[in-house]
Amino acid sequence: MTTEATLRGWLLAEIPTSKWQARCQRIFIGWLDFKRNPIAMIGFLIILGLVVIAALAPWITTSDGLELHLADRLKPPSSEHWFGTDELGRDIFDRIIWGSRITLYIVALVSIIVVPIGLLIGTVAGYMGGWVDTVLMRLTDIFLAFPRLILAMALVAVLGRGLENAVLAIALTTWSPFARIARAEALTIRNSEFILAAQMQGISTVGILARHVTPLCMSSVTVRLTLDMAGIILTAAGLGFLGLGAQPPTPEWGAMISLGRQYLIDQWWVPTIPGIAILVVSLGFNLLGDGLRDVFDPKSGN
Amino acid sequence: MASAAGGQPTAGPGQALRSKLASILGVLTSLLLTFIGLTAITFVIGRMMPADPVLAIVGDRASQEVYDQVYLQLGLDKPVYIQYLRYLEQLLEGDLGTSIMTAQPVMDDIIRFFPATLELATVATLLGIFVGIPMGVLAAVHQGRWPDHIVRVISLIGYSAPIFWLGMVALLIFYANLGWVAGPGRLDVFYDGIVEPTTGILMIDAAMSGEWDIFHNALSHLVLPATILGTFALAYIARMTRSFMLDQLNQEYILTARVKGMPERKVIWGHAFRNVLVQLITIIGLTYASLLEGSVLTETVFSWPGIGQYITNSLFNNDMNAVLGGTIVVGACFVGINMLSDLLYRLVDPRIRK
Repeated sequence: MTTEATLRGWLLAEIPTSKWQARCQRIFIGWLDFKRNPIAMIGFLIILGLVVIAALAPWITTSDGLELHLADRLKPPSSEHWFGTDELGRDIFDRIIWGSRITLYIVALVSIIVVPIGLLIGTVAGYMGGWVDTVLMRLTDIFLAFPRLILAMALVAVLGRGLENAVLAIALTTWSPFARIARAEALTIRNSEFILAAQMQGISTVGILARHVTPLCMSSVTVRLTLDMAGIILTAAGLGFLGLGAQPPTPEWGAMISLGRQYLIDQWWVPTIPGIAILVVSLGFNLLGDGLRDVFDPKSGN
Repeated sequence: MASAAGGQPTAGPGQALRSKLASILGVLTSLLLTFIGLTAITFVIGRMMPADPVLAIVGDRASQEVYDQVYLQLGLDKPVYIQYLRYLEQLLEGDLGTSIMTAQPVMDDIIRFFPATLELATVATLLGIFVGIPMGVLAAVHQGRWPDHIVRVISLIGYSAPIFWLGMVALLIFYANLGWVAGPGRLDVFYDGIVEPTTGILMIDAAMSGEWDIFHNALSHLVLPATILGTFALAYIARMTRSFMLDQLNQEYILTARVKGMPERKVIWGHAFRNVLVQLITIIGLTYASLLEGSVLTETVFSWPGIGQYITNSLFNNDMNAVLGGTIVVGACFVGINMLSDLLYRLVDPRIRK
């Protein structure tokens, strides 16, 4: 009780004594705002649940979701197989659990491709201005105007079918909004005094961009990434459904729906249950994104 | 978008016209640049193909002479930028190459498959407009109360549900279990090929030739996929309408109108909504464009013989001309519709009218 009170006091102190304390305080105060928003909390819990399930997959499941039990094929949901079994007798519950790792893998992969590209192009354009800005933003606008799914399909056609190529194709059409956001942030801080101070200390342009401009872009980029993540997951699942993303026997949810399609009428659980998993996760990201936006940018909330 | 639209009220009519022309010119420039970008990407994808384009034409038993001749004919000895210009020239002539799968010009195939997609996307967008806009207005007017919450939940689900899964569940319920609508495809088999495909849009063709049975059958096939595809449109349009309406309802002219004793219905529809309508043009354009490309998944679920299914099938048959041709056409429509709605917005925006 007392330690909790002192921790709280430390987190809410008027004047932070160290950089570390200030940082913790910001996160804590954001968290207090966030906690008051029940819808955002639901989203947060869904995503937290996804991470926990993915981490504990070996202990939750009874099989690796790949081995075949042809005697048990197409069994309806029961106490033994909670979500039933698929056309090769694999337990659908186990496959959903293992599939959560693939979903997280997609999320991580898209993020590490899209965010650095967007930040680099956006901060350079906003900070440098002039013709650099014009050229980079024209390029961004071109990518912003591209049809995402169709272009991803065409790219997968050359790169070859598979999860990594599908994610790469999605990333290629996804980075542009991040460049726009980073540029807008860079434009507003470009002329502030601390940047001027850094310039006069002789810090190189690269140093200013990396250490002073980029960190300030992170919060709006994070919000946008969370909001876009639902769309990214849906596109990846869509490519999986078309047979262009993850290939069987990978337990990717979209590919599972695609394989289960022919059993829709008689064994409804085979294609419908993975869809519910996709719906829940993408709902989670949408709710979380809305909540984060309200915390970081109270103006745009209503 | 709005930055160019900020004409000062004190500016004369000449200046307003000039700023308007400049903003239209800006839209056209970015349209041109985007087209160049799009074609550059499909050009690069076409060049990246592991398959030898010459071998694809002459076959592997051709002599070296024939091979060389075709190689020169394709202009493969020229620098890349010349090849790209040649590619653009062919595109402008409507030449997308020949499909390996159907052995016909890709353009002819696309003309045959496109009306089905157009029909689906148009009906879905109309659904989104006529249901989504009233929903959004309702939610904004009753902000924070139950109609608002219901609309919010519906649009969240519309945003989050994988459309192909939604389509399957709908087929399971409304076709397999309840039997309310017809199943996959555009028509029942025994109606196939009866009406002359004048427009390619089955319901119009059937109505023109007076085949009302076919008309009903086509409608019964269309209802489910259009509704499913329209869910996303509905969610997006409702959400944007709500937020635009809230912006307007919080402004002072609305307060003035209310203080003057204007009936609430007139305040909402006559004042606030009229301003929202202008903003919605861009949103509707964006929705229509994204449904044209997004129909790929819906077409697969419902075996709808549209351009999305054409591209998917071509992909699995390594028919690159067809894939790239389809990508170009859908991409051009996507880009074109977006720019058109942007242009329209600039034309009707009262801040730069006069």
